[in-house]
Amino acid sequence: MKLTLKIWRQKDSKSKGRFETYHMENVSPEMSFLEMLDALNKRLVEEGGDPVAFDHDCREGICGSCGIYINGHPHGPVPGITTCHLSMRYFNDGETLWVEPWRAKPFPVIKDLIVDRSAFDKIQIAGGFISVDTGSAPEANSIPVRKQNADMAFDAAICIGCGACVAACKNASAMLFVSAKISQFALIPQGRIEAKERVRAMVEKMDELGFGNCSNTGACEAECPKKIKISNIARLNREYYKAY
Amino acid sequence: MYKILFSSVSKKFVMAVAGLFLILFLPVHLTINLMLLKSDPLPFNRAAHFMASFPVIKVFEVILFITLIVHIFYGIWLQIQNWRARPVKYASGQKSETSSFSRFMIWTGLTVLIFLIIHFFNFFFIKLGIVEGNPEDFYSVAHELFKIPAYNYIYLACFLLLGFHLHHAFSSAFQTLGLNHRIWTPVIKVLAWVYSIAIPAGFATIAIVLWQLK
Ligand code: SF4
Ligand code: FES
Repeated sequence: MKLTLKIWRQKDSKSKGRFETYHMENVSPEMSFLEMLDALNKRLVEEGGDPVAFDHDCREGICGSCGIYINGHPHGPVPGITTCHLSMRYFNDGETLWVEPWRAKPFPVIKDLIVDRSAFDKIQIAGGFISVDTGSAPEANSIPVRKQNADMAFDAAICIGCGACVAACKNASAMLFVSAKISQFALIPQGRIEAKERVRAMVEKMDELGFGNCSNTGACEAECPKKIKISNIARLNREYYKAY
Repeated sequence: MYKILFSSVSKKFVMAVAGLFLILFLPVHLTINLMLLKSDPLPFNRAAHFMASFPVIKVFEVILFITLIVHIFYGIWLQIQNWRARPVKYASGQKSETSSFSRFMIWTGLTVLIFLIIHFFNFFFIKLGIVEGNPEDFYSVAHELFKIPAYNYIYLACFLLLGFHLHHAFSSAFQTLGLNHRIWTPVIKVLAWVYSIAIPAGFATIAIVLWQLK
């Protein structure tokens, strides 16, 4: 495959960035998007240039670090997958691909395609935990959990904190992420104990960091690689009203 | 306290409650407008007079006006915050699938606001005595207005955009209030279609009929 890449290049958080054009030949449809970028970087290094900086770690869709905005979609145009799982066979020979970092005020660009997502960590630290005593693991069945709730909590807990929801949202709202983190606790008895403080603190931190407000467009749900549902956002709203 | 009252979730709550109140008001307004279709001006003028003078309704009118102002003010406030949350736009645009019309709420909303200002000058302000006119004969005022083609074009265009606005607003308000349900949410979505077509279509039909009457 032949491809034209328009990639956002930015030296550091203070510099002004711009798009650079790269022509790629012999791209195998079997490559993942990140492998294609690896091939580009190999060439750039050989030519003595500066390789494109992009975030990645597990390359198997579980760490959430590989967020790249491709042709108008976070993690590319294929739903339900991360950029590391995005195969080049989804693109057409001769296509031009626009490759950009996440764009949101609370996610400043560090270099090229890498953004600082520590805003998510700050929200987590504000309340995304439960208090448990240390010691040996308690008997698993001492606290009964309703099966349906356990399943829904699990579905929320698979959020990998990638930030695609913020990237996709026209308002750069973090509500889907926060709602997943609230829901994973709100649905089970262990999480009920600090439910009120948690939702207040996490929403407050989210607002303070400058994320936008949810306007229920549903873009987050459409782009989330883990298919987190916006019904979690309704739950977050309910939890918030109950907390006052 | 400030944080509770003006958090993102609280602001959205206020938007939703105010919006639902306005959604409830529109069918009432439409019912009264239907009387414009009669050749006798009395029923419409009587209804308009009743709406303007009955004490309980006067209280509602004040609430309605405050609700409208709050909805507009909060809507603009939220939108400015949302714009500021993304200072650098995407070069490749935003192609994610979204609920229809949800991307244009501020624009459809502002168009409706412009219409409301014209509307207030034509009716509401006359009633309040701010603008000159006969508050006892809104029937004739309406009939005269609908004879002007330009007014009709503006009226119909605004109601089309109001329909777009209502379509997202209807289901979005329930989601904001935390009401998302496996069975009821799809029902609400269907009702959103019905409501957002029926209400603007009702107003538009009256306009077209009066326009054609000349
Ligand atoms: S909710 Fe989905 S899109 Fe948002 S951070 Fe979690 S996994 Fe990523
Ligand atoms: S690199 Fe870990 S999710 Fe893509």
